[in-house]
Amino acid sequence: MAATLPATPYPDRDKMARVSPKGEPPARRTVAPWADGLFSVLAHGAAWLTLALLAGIILSLVVGAWPAIKEFGLGFLWSTEWDPVQEKFGGLVMIYGTLMTSFIALLIAVPVSFGIALFLTELSPGWLKRPLGTAIELLAAVPSIVYGMWGLLVFGPILATYVQAPLQSAFGGVPYLNTLFTGPPVGIGILSAGIILAIMVIPFIAATMRDVFEVTPPLLKESAYGLGATTWEVVSTVVLPYTKAGVVGGIMLGLGRALGETMAVTFVIGNFNQLDSFSLFEAANSITSALANEFAEAGAGLHQASLIYLGLVLFFITFVVLALSKLLLAQLRKGEGTSS
Amino acid sequence: MSALPTSSVGPAFDRGKLAMHNRRKRMNVVALTLSLAAMSFGLFWLIWILIETVRLGVGGLNLSIFTDMTPPPQAEVGGLANAIFGSAMMVSLATLLGTPIGVLAGVYLGEYGQKTWLGSATRFINDILLSAPSIVIGLFIYAVVVAPFRGFSAYAGILALALIVIPVVIRTTESMLLLIPNGLREAAYALGTPKWKVILSVTLKAARAGVITGILLALARIAGETAPLLFTALSNQFWTTDLSAPMASLPVTIFKFAMSPYENWQKLAWAGVFLITLGVLLLNILARVLFKNKH
Repeated sequence: MAATLPATPYPDRDKMARVSPKGEPPARRTVAPWADGLFSVLAHGAAWLTLALLAGIILSLVVGAWPAIKEFGLGFLWSTEWDPVQEKFGGLVMIYGTLMTSFIALLIAVPVSFGIALFLTELSPGWLKRPLGTAIELLAAVPSIVYGMWGLLVFGPILATYVQAPLQSAFGGVPYLNTLFTGPPVGIGILSAGIILAIMVIPFIAATMRDVFEVTPPLLKESAYGLGATTWEVVSTVVLPYTKAGVVGGIMLGLGRALGETMAVTFVIGNFNQLDSFSLFEAANSITSALANEFAEAGAGLHQASLIYLGLVLFFITFVVLALSKLLLAQLRKGEGTSS
Repeated sequence: MSALPTSSVGPAFDRGKLAMHNRRKRMNVVALTLSLAAMSFGLFWLIWILIETVRLGVGGLNLSIFTDMTPPPQAEVGGLANAIFGSAMMVSLATLLGTPIGVLAGVYLGEYGQKTWLGSATRFINDILLSAPSIVIGLFIYAVVVAPFRGFSAYAGILALALIVIPVVIRTTESMLLLIPNGLREAAYALGTPKWKVILSVTLKAARAGVITGILLALARIAGETAPLLFTALSNQFWTTDLSAPMASLPVTIFKFAMSPYENWQKLAWAGVFLITLGVLLLNILARVLFKNKH
């Protein structure tokens, strides 16, 4: 070892000593030493603010709804009375409207979204994938007020003449089923709201399904194809079982959107507080449309508190649905790390 | 799979196999046709809505839309000038207010608290806020701003819209920061750069296009939002620049006009819908183009 070292370890030492400055080495210069701490505090603060926002929303809704909670208790949830004059309030009509329209929306949107995701991942030629995916995503970007106005003035009348009237004449004599189709076929009501909601949530569900389908390891799919499976068999026996948590998560995400959608529903649901018939053609009301129509006019007091109570119920339902969706999607992602 | 006919298995077996093969193929064709139908179903609505919006919207479009105030019912003239101005004002101020908070929280998630409990909690809550009903945001602002100060105001509307901007920006900022390779950060740290400078001039700078995409998407989202403005900014029939007074906005005006039986109001509503759809779709396409160029 020693033989490889030069005779004098630092041949230029004298020279270096001459050029290096005398005295203390320069102090380490830090630009704005407080900046690091400040930036960290700001970033942490912004994260805390997000948490505080959720707490603030829940707290303010509970405080605002408190008079109504105290007056009606949980019975509010299954009372159908909504009488601002006598100050008697119950939310069942709106809760039914919200749940029923969202149910119809999912009934239509889930199979369609599945088909779209299947098309985009397995069927579409490569050059078409991007433009078609973008087109579906643009459907999600169209503001809900556009859907609402289009639904009321363009789609509603067409639905009334070409769908509702034939359905009524077809099922008019069938017992039980005909109760679903009574009422004036004017293109306003639960069914129209459900269909418009379906169009609105299709892009959300389809985009999530497409993303989770793409998570499936290509090796699994190729093995199945190699065994002679058809495209449909690969999707139904390999891709779907592998991604089922994510698929359900995507559906929940769409449900969350449908439950909270305001403007599109307000335009076409008819805003009529009744639950006398379960007809899909009858005008009804939903939580969001009741809020949109009545809140600004409602005087401070029990009426307003009852509306905020409805908002609290809506927030609770969507919170649970969205949290479930998030957990299911996270579960898929976790599986992706271990099993592939 | 499709076994060759051998002497041990008779032609009956072969026929059975063939039938199954055909059934599987038929099943596949049916499924793929349905998938194609679903895709056309989705595109059909988009195209139909766009066509109707253009057909009914362009008819009402003229210069007075941008110069005249919203008219009373059944008036001869009138435009949407105050609503367009109000929307532009509130949307831009809300974006200015919400973006820094969103970016900072996104930086926290991407750079500080990736693995901490605060990070996971914030990420979870943020994803829920992202899809929370916007009308509930309106209720919240009503409860904390409008009710205590006894009055609807543009300030309240701006706050409500800003609360919708924040989750969108947080989400995109975080996912863009996660795309930045760690080597870039380590190189900067090795030079002795303090963390705030690494974030501001290395990672955020590298993620710039993605962050701007997120801001544009947030802008597009709030430009069409109606529900949170209904009982915060309310509406106003007249021109106002006073942020402490109720202010008209394009979506709320469209809502009011479209639900009315007056023909001139409905015509203006269609023109407004056309403007909003055009703006929102252009913003979306711009965001996508910007993002694609960078990645």
